Amino acid sequence: MNLHEYQGKQLFAEYGLPVSRGYAVETPQEAVDAASLIGGTMWVVKAQVHAGGRGKAGGVKLVKSKDEIREFASKWLGKNLVTYQTDANGQPVSKILVESCTDIADELYLGAVVDRSSRRIVFMASTEGGVEIEKVAHETPEKILRATIDPLVGAQPYQGRELAFKLGLKGDQIKQFVKIFMGLAQLFVDKDLALIEVNPLVITEEGNLHCLDAKLGVDGNALYRQKALQEMHDPSQDDAREAHAARWELNYVALDGSIGCMVNGAGLAMGTMDIVALHGGFPANFLDVGGGATKERVAEAFKIILSDANVKAVLINIFGGIVRCDLIAEGVIGAVEEIGVSVPVVVRLEGNNAELGRKVLAESGLNIIAATSLTDAAQQAVAAAGGKA
Amino acid sequence: MSILIDKNTRVICQGFTGSQGTFHSEQAIAYGTRMVGGVTPGKGGQEHLGLPVFNTVADAVAATGADASVIYVPAPFCKDSILEAANSGIRLIVCITEGIPTLDMLEVKVKCDELGVRLIGPNCPGVITPGECKIGIMPASIHLPGKVGIVSRSGTLTYEAVKQTTDAGYGQSTCVGIGGDPIPGSNFIDILAMFQQDPATEAIVMIGEIGGTAEEEAAAYIKANVTKPVVSYIAGVTAPKGKRMGHAGAIISGGTGTADEKFAALEDAGVKTVRSLADIAAGLAEITGWK
Repeated sequence: MNLHEYQGKQLFAEYGLPVSRGYAVETPQEAVDAASLIGGTMWVVKAQVHAGGRGKAGGVKLVKSKDEIREFASKWLGKNLVTYQTDANGQPVSKILVESCTDIADELYLGAVVDRSSRRIVFMASTEGGVEIEKVAHETPEKILRATIDPLVGAQPYQGRELAFKLGLKGDQIKQFVKIFMGLAQLFVDKDLALIEVNPLVITEEGNLHCLDAKLGVDGNALYRQKALQEMHDPSQDDAREAHAARWELNYVALDGSIGCMVNGAGLAMGTMDIVALHGGFPANFLDVGGGATKERVAEAFKIILSDANVKAVLINIFGGIVRCDLIAEGVIGAVEEIGVSVPVVVRLEGNNAELGRKVLAESGLNIIAATSLTDAAQQAVAAAGGKA
Repeated sequence: MSILIDKNTRVICQGFTGSQGTFHSEQAIAYGTRMVGGVTPGKGGQEHLGLPVFNTVADAVAATGADASVIYVPAPFCKDSILEAANSGIRLIVCITEGIPTLDMLEVKVKCDELGVRLIGPNCPGVITPGECKIGIMPASIHLPGKVGIVSRSGTLTYEAVKQTTDAGYGQSTCVGIGGDPIPGSNFIDILAMFQQDPATEAIVMIGEIGGTAEEEAAAYIKANVTKPVVSYIAGVTAPKGKRMGHAGAIISGGTGTADEKFAALEDAGVKTVRSLADIAAGLAEITGWK
């Protein structure tokens, strides 16, 4: 789960990290009022969406009058912002962050992730702030400094000092950096984060460090013990179909092909998409119905798959481990009858009672093709969807 | 021979009297697994499925001589359960539960390594040595005692590989599901090292998926240390970037973790890769000369 910048900065402020004074607002009038509260003659207005690349897309602006603020807020509130990180529809803007303006002398990068190889939280810092850090890591890996956090003792100040000196910071900046480093490390652990990024971490013209942006991702598995973060969830930023599927404990990811896939198991669901592509088709989605593929959930999965107008055929691939394939077959038949599926449905059943399951499908009299193998299923689905693309 | 477990492995179940623990313990007992008891705090002294229930893992180990534990407790309690088992003399812990917070796993992994305890999972189907011992949720009927060692990040993909190697008559020495989480208790390399040493394992099937660099690290290990033939399939060639594909660990992030990179690394290590998951047994036949 991702947080908005304004939410991240609220957390930064709670942990004593230097952030700009700002307000998240929902109307143009509130935006103007926020600027009055902040005072001064220059402000920064930032569209709040879960995506990077906002600046280039026009979603971040330096403004010098209240009229400009009103104009920016009117332009974006209720609209979608399209950046290189969003899909073609973009992400809806329901809040704008109005902030005081910061003089920037230099831009650094500071972030942390859970590194899977070392099985540690790893901090990364760089003098190349304000740009895409993946690009820096790829093109000039020597410019990324690292600090690895011991899971049992946590981050230590010396690690912050090492980074600060290597970044070329001086005087009071060292202390300021260590405080930010330790604060971020504490925040990461306290809030079960998966990702934290301050990009850029700026040096102001007075020489002070300041967190100009905040990107935070939370470990979805830990939300049960992070009630406050759960409440920060903004469902408007989620794909509507994916969110609907999640309510039925179905894992769904929309793709842009024509063959709807319904599979039990995440690995097999990916493998099914791949085999469809291997035989010249394009998968319309990833969908894992999970272990307990009941009639109700199969029906719901059908509805979600068929809500995508591009779907020309559906491929159901079930490996019946402990579930019986004949029960799944009955579930499929029930769902097809109930919701009146008009596209061809190819079903591959394997495992427990597969033979019986295929027989049940064949005798149903419905437009269901019982495949004899995985390869056969993929080929039949590609043919049913209109052949190779 | 086999790896990790055999007919002498003495197994207890944590979360024994819950619905999952009960169902899968029944299946394990029916398969012939040497289940010796279970743990449910507060229910010590009772009997369940004809076996003794203990309040603590330490009690269970003292009374039964158990050396392996399978965990079905809900995710919020798994860190505690794993650490209890690790500190009570259990040498092999198999955690089936999905949804454990990543930061819990960072701590758990450090402690298990420190204590020399082998952890398989979490978020995995478990481990089976066909004909001898089944610890986990995999369907027993598709397995056949034999000569292929299987290691995989995905449950259902393991079943596909098992089915194919059974249908071909090769059978399996041991099958290990290491799980779909970003921080697994054991990784490919841990299991590959054991298969390389195991006389019963003549060939290895390794099934990976997008996300992380575990397959690339395994490829480097295979190149340097594994002399047995290896067939590999990686799921997720068609997966989009930045989207989590079911498993917590299956996500292409920051431009790394794609299936193409993994296939390339494995091919460079001399591994026989197959692009269709239906071709695993065919791939084995090709590199081993088996009929």
